[in-house]
Formats: sequence, C-alpha cells, structure tokens
Amino acid sequence: MGQNVLLKTVFAGIAFVAGGGLLLWVLSGFGDRPRKADDGIKKGILHIGNGTEPAEIDPHLTTGVQEFHIQLAVCEGLVSEDPKTLAPVPGVAKSWDISEDGKVYTFHLRDANWSNGDPVTAEDFELSFKRALMPKLANEYAQMLYVAEKAEEFYKGEVDWEEVGYKAVDEKTFQVTLKSPLSYFLSLLNHHSFFPVHIPTVLKHGEIDSRATRWTRPGNFVGNGPFVLDKWVVNHVLTVKKNPHYWDAQNVRLNEIHFYPIENLDTEDRSFRAGQIHRTNKLPLSKIPFYIKERTPELVIAPYLGTYHYMFNTKLPGLDNKKVRKALNLSVDREAITRAITGGGEAPAFSFVPPNCAGYNSTNSLAHDVERARELLAEAGYPDGKGFPKFEILYNTLESHKTIAEAIQQMWKKNLNIEVGLRNEEWKVYLSSKTQGNFQMVRFGWIGDYVDPNTFLELYTSHNGNNNSGWANAEYDALIAKAEATVDTDARYAVFQEAEKLLLEEAPILPIYYYMSTYLLDKRVKGWYPNLLDHHPYKYVYFEE
Amino acid sequence: MIRFILTRLLQTIPVLLIISMITFTMMKMAPGGPFDREKKIPEDIKRELEAYYHLDKPAVVQYGIWLKNVLKGDLGPSTKYSQRSVNELIGSSFPVSLELGLWALLVALTLGISAGMMASSNPNSAADYGPMSFAMGGICMPNFVLGPLLVLIFAIHLGWYNANGWFYPSDRVLPALTLGLYYAAYVARLTRGGMLEILGQDFIRTARAKGLKEGDIVIKHAFRGGIRPVVSFLGPAMASLLSGSFVVETIFQIPGLGRFFILAAINRDDSLLMGTVLMFSVLIIVLNMIVDIVLVWLNPRLRFE
Repeated sequence: MGQNVLLKTVFAGIAFVAGGGLLLWVLSGFGDRPRKADDGIKKGILHIGNGTEPAEIDPHLTTGVQEFHIQLAVCEGLVSEDPKTLAPVPGVAKSWDISEDGKVYTFHLRDANWSNGDPVTAEDFELSFKRALMPKLANEYAQMLYVAEKAEEFYKGEVDWEEVGYKAVDEKTFQVTLKSPLSYFLSLLNHHSFFPVHIPTVLKHGEIDSRATRWTRPGNFVGNGPFVLDKWVVNHVLTVKKNPHYWDAQNVRLNEIHFYPIENLDTEDRSFRAGQIHRTNKLPLSKIPFYIKERTPELVIAPYLGTYHYMFNTKLPGLDNKKVRKALNLSVDREAITRAITGGGEAPAFSFVPPNCAGYNSTNSLAHDVERARELLAEAGYPDGKGFPKFEILYNTLESHKTIAEAIQQMWKKNLNIEVGLRNEEWKVYLSSKTQGNFQMVRFGWIGDYVDPNTFLELYTSHNGNNNSGWANAEYDALIAKAEATVDTDARYAVFQEAEKLLLEEAPILPIYYYMSTYLLDKRVKGWYPNLLDHHPYKYVYFEE
Repeated sequence: MIRFILTRLLQTIPVLLIISMITFTMMKMAPGGPFDREKKIPEDIKRELEAYYHLDKPAVVQYGIWLKNVLKGDLGPSTKYSQRSVNELIGSSFPVSLELGLWALLVALTLGISAGMMASSNPNSAADYGPMSFAMGGICMPNFVLGPLLVLIFAIHLGWYNANGWFYPSDRVLPALTLGLYYAAYVARLTRGGMLEILGQDFIRTARAKGLKEGDIVIKHAFRGGIRPVVSFLGPAMASLLSGSFVVETIFQIPGLGRFFILAAINRDDSLLMGTVLMFSVLIIVLNMIVDIVLVWLNPRLRFE
C-alpha cells in the first residue's frame, strides 16, 4: 500500500510539473522576443544569413567565402574596395606609388589603429605576410603571396626573409617588390591572405605559426577593421560590434552585425520570411522561380564571378581529339539549360570568363551549331556517333547537377547520336576522383579569387593543380605568361582574348553557365550594392525606413 | 546491484574499443580526405597540413595516437575547425542537444503515455481509435515534413514563435514538438499494447472482482507492468534524443551535437567523427544500463545477474 501511495504521489507530481511546464512553455512564445529585422533597424544591427559555420576567422588560415564575409568586417588590408565596382580604394594605405616598370609598389600608411588602440604600422604588414608564408602554419592560400620576389623560395626554405619582396621601409611606408608586373596586384590585396593580423596578440596566445591557438576568440581578438569580434557561438551566431578605434569610425553607420551560419537554404528562407534576418546568403533553387514570378521586391539576382562548366579528360581515346570536344561543345543548347533547368536567372556561358570581369568581355563565343557539330564528329571518325566510346559525366551528388547532366545527355543523344552515362559521387569522393583524373568528363564550378580574367584563364595552364583535364598546351601557357608580364591593360586583355580563343578552340572544357548570386535583401538596407564577388564592405551599409 | 553495474561498466571497455576501431577503419576506407577542396591545395602545403594532423602516418599509428590521447581525456583537434578541439566542440554542443532532448522527452512521455492510457482503458472505441490514428500519423510523418509545417503555421503565418534559432525560451517549443511527437507516437502505441496485455491478466480480474475502482486498478496495479515496453524502448530512444537530431537541428538552426555527427563524416573530420561516435556509444550503453535497472525494479521476477 505504501508503495502505491508513493507511486500516486510521483505520478501526480510528474503530471503537475509536466502539465504546468508544457503550458508555461507553449505560452512563452508570446512576448519574449522582438522581430529581429525590425528591432535591428532601430538599434543599427544588421542580421545576415552567412551560409556555413566559419572554420575560423584568422585570415591566414581560412579558405571560404563565409569566413571572408566576417573578415571584411573585422580586418582591413592596405587597400579596400569600392562597394559598387570593387575597384581598389585607399584602405590602411592612404596612397601608393607604382614604379615605372610596374614591379615596385610603395604604400603610404595613414594613422590607423588596431581595435586595442595600437597604431597599425608597416612592420605589422611585413610580419603578417611573413607569418602567412610560414610553412608550419600551412596557410592554404600561401600561394597568393608568391607574387612578390622570393616569396615562394622563402616558403620552401631556400632564402631568408630579408630577401623577400615585402618590406617595411619605415613605420608608415610599406614596399612590395613583385616578381613580374601584375596589373591586378591592388585587387589582389583585398584577398584575405593579404589582411594584417595583430602579431603581439597572436604571440600572446601561442606560437606565431601555430594553427590551434585561441587568439581569434571573442575577448582575445584584435583587428583593424571597422568592426571587432564580440560573440561567437559555434553553429549559431557570430557577432561583431563597431570598433571605436577604427580610423574612419565616424563614417561607420551600423553598430553591430550578426552573422548566422544557416546552412540549410530552406531554413534560411524561412528565417527571412519570419523577419529574423535582413539578408539571406542564398536561396533554395526551388524557390527562385516563384520569387521571380511573384516579382518579390526583396529578390536580388546579380552576376557572380564564377563559371559552371564540364572538364574533359583529354588523355582518353576519343576525348583526346579536339574535334570531338568541339562537337560536344557545339551540340549543347546552353540557353535551353538556363531557361528551363537552372531557373535562377543564370546566364548561359558562351565563353569561359564571365562578362564584365574588370572590364574584360570575351569576344569569343561558342555557338549552338548542331550541323557543324555533326560534321566535326564525322571528321573525327565517328559519323553519326558510330563507334563512339561510352563516357560518363561525373558530378557530386546534388539534384541540380543531375538535371543539367541529364539535359546534356539528352542533347548529345539527339544531336550527335552518342550515349553518355551519368555518375554521381559524394562530395569528397568526387573531389578525389577529379584530382586523380579518375573521370571522363567532370562537373567543375570555378569561382574567381579576384576580379581579373587571369583568375579564370590561368586555371588551364599546364602547371595549375586544378587543371585535371590533362590538357597541356605550350602556346596557351606562353600566352598567359605574356599577359602576366604586360603592364598596359588593353594590350593585356588582347593577349587574354587570344588565349581564351585558343582555349575554346581546343576545348578541354565545356562552359555551361555563369553563376549568379541570388538572395533576399530587406528593402530597408541601403548602401548594399550587388557586385561580382558579392562583397559588401559594411562601413557603407546603413538603414532607411 | 553494484556488482551488476561494475560488470556492465567493464564490458563497455571492449565494446567501445571495437566500435572505435570499426569507425576508424570505415573512415580510412572512404575516399577523399579533409583537405580535398574544390580549389586544390598545392601539394607542399597539403603535406604540411597532413603532417600537422599526423595524417601522413600509417593508419595504425594514427589510431594509436588517437587512442593514447583519448585515454588522457583529449579527443584530438578538429581538422575543419582548426582552432577548436573536439572536446570543446562536443562540450559546447552536447548541453544544447541534451536540453532539446529533455524537452522532447517531456513531450513524448506526457502525450504518449496519456494517449496510450486513454486508448487502453477504452479499447476499440473512439477514445482508442482517435489517439491511435493520430499516433500512426505521428510515426509516418517524417520530421523534415513536420518541422517546416509547424514553422509555416506558427512562426511565419501566426508569428507566435521564431522560425529558428536557440535564443529565447520560446525557441524550444517547435523543435521539441517536432522531435518529440514522433517518439510520443511510439510511446502511445507501446503503452496501449503493454496496458492491454496486463489488463487481460488474472490478477487484474481478481482486483476487479474485489470491487476496486477501475481508476485505481489501472494506475496502481496495471501501470507498473504495462509501462515496461515503454521503458525498454526508452533506452535507445533517449540516447538518440539526447545526442541530437541532425534533421531537427538543421531545420531549426540549433547548435547541437547532431549536426557535428553528420558534418564530421561529410568533412572527413576524423577526430570529430570519432568523438561524436564515442559520445553516442557511451550514451547508449549507460542509458541501456539504467533501463535494465529500472526494468528489474518494475518487474520483481527479474534479478540482477
């Protein structure tokens, strides 16, 4: 009997706590939270969806776009970007001189400060670049800094730092000596590998070249950007607040920015619709046609510096013939793909470099010419597709890649009477197949690192690690090298046109479409301009009701 | 009982070792590594990275290093989040999953047991078919459908809750319902089955013959036996509830452990994957042990052996 009373009491207790708890809890939805998007506008807080969780924010360790969005708030390089055109504008350097031969850049630094009040000096830049090139740090983008004299040799341990072309001349003068004149060098400086880090802070928390230190944690972090790191909860939110020591602080209009690493696109879309964020990072593919049809005023579709293409394995019999590759190119109707399949406003790619890339527009154009494609295939020894070896298109597992591959499969079947198969692999398996050349044709999305045609055209030089096509063309390599050595932009672009023509003629690739950045942006956010890299320097951003 | 617990704990050691070995082997067999990227890392830099994480050593040596560190309480560095250790990542995300899991458990048990009791006390009536069809629906409805549906109705249209996030107390409601309703459905069906079985037994007939009130019979006499299937089910169910759900955490943007479990495999983040697997295994083992103890307490015919 005693036990029964006990049981009864326990049950009554559970029922009471559970029932009361549930009720309180369900009611808690009313009144404990503001609508963040509205609240943010009152308080000057920008809430933005930022894709994946940043791996870290140390500019010498990161590789991703998401990390860059945060670094853009908390770091500043020698030059900064114009929010509309991305053209280099003064950053920490208030001016610069370029030598006659285009190889020596002398930067004159302004009186800028770190977020702890220390002055930003030329030595800070020198030490930062040295750190970025230390092999033990294993900076994945160390190669970016190889543009200076002897930098690559330093990384390989062949020379001392004194010989490298990054030099602090005095406290406010920084000099870079390049290997060869590089007309896009100033744009390159906006890449995160050229951002300075506060070396005393790095040293306070560990070795200068240690990967696993706590210097970028809130409270420890010291930066020189318009904002400074405030809070960071993994997989949840990272916040930055206005840096009072920033040299241009009086022109920074936001008080805080909250970055939400919302990986799932549908979740992010719902977050926007519930008024929790001002900007989504991307949009679910299935939603874009709907938003376009509804003429949603918040929808932004802007060209993005990337090309979705297929790469052929040119070592294989059949695909080693450029006539075959050309025929495969000519028989694809790119407009049909962007109109009926991708549906996100993408532009069909008739060349490799996306349009308006630092003023470069390709004069070459891949036509949709089925007749010519059939002729070429016949000339290559496969009249009406007879005897054509069976190939597979490799892509990483994703619905949108699959539908594109299916469309192309069908176009080739219909136009050339050839059969290709489809092969999908999980992301890392796909990457490893691609790197090892274990493919016949592979989907490849290439996003430019900086705004210059070189970031695309250099990809298919024979020595580039990302060129897995097996296509090596001495003439092409020579053209790219020649462009690099040319200072005058018009002359340089003429060389690029020639190179791109050769690339499309030899066709180790099949361009399909140019990427777009597609997202929702609250109409009250101003000073936010669509641009090729989707960079939005936050010091220009403000709200207007 | 102490001996029972000690024996059980000793048995877990080989179990954990075997689990970790199998996980490690499968991981090493999967093609691709943590530093394979869309933009390839130059070979010499990749070598430095692999050396840093001991990935250049033979797999057996890597496992040895990992095991040695684990014995010291260090689950190793994450290759993806290079400035964070696996200990830190699990340490910060497990409490979140735990909290969500407990809320979901509350939903599952309150709704499930009451629905099951109601159904079993009036078998084959509307009070039975109603909750049971609802439960069947709950089992059939995947949480990636239920979650967005709840968000659409209660967050976007009615504006009662946030669509996602883990900031305010009210942010717990929708994810806990999404996660809990599925288990509530199971619990309801198990409760109904268990109760009906007990209610048909002789001692209940005796109790009825004695003239006890039906309520007392159900609560005092039948419940203790009828709930046993639910308790057995709760062991593994709690382990998966408490260690986080990838789907619910993704839909509701919750910084829990469940996402690391999946993302670590996708990113080939060896130590993080091993850490989460280990965590999950320990949870299952411990919870199963607790369930066994509770079952003995509920069923006098069982003993600790």
